[in-house]
Amino acid sequence: MNNLTLNQISHNSHLPSQVKFKFFTPGVIILCLFALNGLVFLAGRFLFGIGSVTNLNNFYPWGLWIGVDVAAGVALAAGGFTSAALGHVMHKDEYHSIVRPALLTALLGYTFVACGVFVDIGRYYYIWHPLVMWNGNSALFEVGICVMIYLTVLYIEFLPLVTERFMGRVKMWGFLKIFNPILEFFLRLTDKTINKVMFIFIIAGVVLSTLHQSSLGTLMVIAGDKMHPLWQTPVLPLLFLVSAISVGFPMVIFESILASRSFKLAPEMHVLSKLGSMVGPILGIYLAFKLGDMFIRETFVYLKELTFPAIMFYSEMIIGVIVPLIMFLNKKVLQSSKLLFTASSLVIFGVLLNRINNFITAYKPPYAKVAYYPSIGELSVTIGFVAMLVLFYRACVMIFPVITQNHNHVEIAKTKSKVIL
Amino acid sequence: MNPEEVNSKSNSRRDFLKGIATVGAGVAGLSYSAAYAGAENILSEDRFGALVDTTLCVGCRHCEWACAKAHKMPVPEIESFNNRKVFQEFRRPSNSSLTVVNEFENPKNRLIPINVKQQCMHCDRPACVSACIVGAFSKTAKGPVVWDSDKCIGCRYCMVACPFQVPTFDYEKAIQPMIYKCDFCAERQKGGDIPACVDICPVEAITFGPRSELIREARNRIKRKPEVYLDYIYGEYEAGGTSWLYLASKIFTEIGFPKLSQKAAPGVSESIQHGIFAYFIPPASLYALLGGLMWMSKMKKEIDTEISKEIEEEERIEKIHRIDMEGKNE
Repeated sequence: MNNLTLNQISHNSHLPSQVKFKFFTPGVIILCLFALNGLVFLAGRFLFGIGSVTNLNNFYPWGLWIGVDVAAGVALAAGGFTSAALGHVMHKDEYHSIVRPALLTALLGYTFVACGVFVDIGRYYYIWHPLVMWNGNSALFEVGICVMIYLTVLYIEFLPLVTERFMGRVKMWGFLKIFNPILEFFLRLTDKTINKVMFIFIIAGVVLSTLHQSSLGTLMVIAGDKMHPLWQTPVLPLLFLVSAISVGFPMVIFESILASRSFKLAPEMHVLSKLGSMVGPILGIYLAFKLGDMFIRETFVYLKELTFPAIMFYSEMIIGVIVPLIMFLNKKVLQSSKLLFTASSLVIFGVLLNRINNFITAYKPPYAKVAYYPSIGELSVTIGFVAMLVLFYRACVMIFPVITQNHNHVEIAKTKSKVIL
Repeated sequence: MNPEEVNSKSNSRRDFLKGIATVGAGVAGLSYSAAYAGAENILSEDRFGALVDTTLCVGCRHCEWACAKAHKMPVPEIESFNNRKVFQEFRRPSNSSLTVVNEFENPKNRLIPINVKQQCMHCDRPACVSACIVGAFSKTAKGPVVWDSDKCIGCRYCMVACPFQVPTFDYEKAIQPMIYKCDFCAERQKGGDIPACVDICPVEAITFGPRSELIREARNRIKRKPEVYLDYIYGEYEAGGTSWLYLASKIFTEIGFPKLSQKAAPGVSESIQHGIFAYFIPPASLYALLGGLMWMSKMKKEIDTEISKEIEEEERIEKIHRIDMEGKNE
């Protein structure tokens, strides 16, 4: 591709382009403060040890960071592989506009999962050990290896966006000038080769995702009786995989609507409602597995009394699965951006709560005197990571051609926003 | 992959198949070593164990002192261990004490309390060994479950997995935090010595020897004094069997032991792992399946575009014809 076609593309309304918008808004400044607060506590963790900022102890070795930053983070980044399967593997062109935003979410999501692991493990400087020290029996080993490879695959999948944006436009200043031709050469080389081999990485990405999404469920199986029977089941890997698939599209819908609101674009309802129509059946399958497992193992006996685990189970199932399931099967919901956003948020809430329940609520170790609850430090770091992720996402869509902006729609959105104001 | 940019059809199709073949070969190569690493079961028939007779233990806690000494941990004078005030609190093995003795009320004789020494049980099929992401734990053929500091990344999955909640972690250390647990004095055993706690015990409450013989000895003791002992050897079958075995006069769950099934802790998770990976066949098949799907959907799209082009062409020709006809009519 030469400069001319590139310019043409940026004017073509059906292809993604970088969003032109001011970076700092009041909301962004608040996010920056949250991110900074998280960094302060992180500094504490690296200077004085994990115990100085967390409530973790010898009975509760895993807490909020593993439950939310890692387990929920991986699940919520599932939009990347589900939309890649739809857009690239099944060649459904009508979904192309969501593939890149989903890819970016997955890429940033997994990057922060890796960061979460990095701060949670005691010897972060040995994070590379699993690459050379293998234990095929360990579910955690499989999760670790798959996440490492998948993260690499995601960055490779992102390369075309880099070449598209910067090829023929490498202009670094000062003494860096001498590197311009070299960078340009590599960009062109990448551009020439990447499309021919990309399918290898796209399929690998989908396979790796199914593997580690399920193995994340296997993680707690080894805890055996230490886990509450409402959640402890040998089909955990299946439940984790299906719930990850079910949250993939809601996550894409959620952030697409959020991004269009933030950048004053019209939401792409024609794509989003089609995506939404697929969520209902997947949630139905998940609910069937979950209820089937409950009846086979007869764990409903634990739901008779309103204990804390029972309440958490009810909230996860009713608010996070059943209500959005009914909503997604309704045509009215699929056509309204507000209702679609609500239903998607509920699925996201449900999966988030499910991961928290699996890793924190259900875990009842012997000898523990007090139950674990996250400390201010743990919450600050988790919130800080989320804030940083959103900030990075905002920066990336302004730098790289991620979001498809229909210029006619932009005009409509502008007039609409004026009306609202 | 941008479908608009497919330069030559045949070329890309060949690349496609080549790519799948390469990945398949790579995956097949990986599978051998991974499967091999998983299938080790090296337990020796005459592996060692230790039998703790809680009816003999007097709670002198000299084992705690000897253990700390043997592992070069900071430790106060042995006399200070005679202080029985520590028994007011239930303690667990920790970073500073790999073994601890607790005290429980004796329903049969209130004047003679029950003392129970606790440490790592050294399972025959340990959860920590199965769980550890880097294989830092290993079960040695002779019995001890040992931890390798050079491998450990500090993820604490061993602590999540252990059914006895034994391993502990340095939460206050920023650099090189350690995992602590009893190692059955593996180093001393290599040199032909018996574990430090067994060595020092003044009342011979702990017997060290081949596990099978210890079980026989335990049964004999139960038979000889059925009025003293519960007819149960804790550790014989718990979590698939442990190297450390216990005799007691009071129900085990009341003297600090968890109630566990006979199933080895890693059983279910390992069969899931090996099921998902079975020589990498399931992931490789999924890869092939998706590859096939991707190729088919691409073919279909190409045919579709060709058909629509043909239709367009036909319409164009028809239009020309019509114009021609109209021209002639005029």
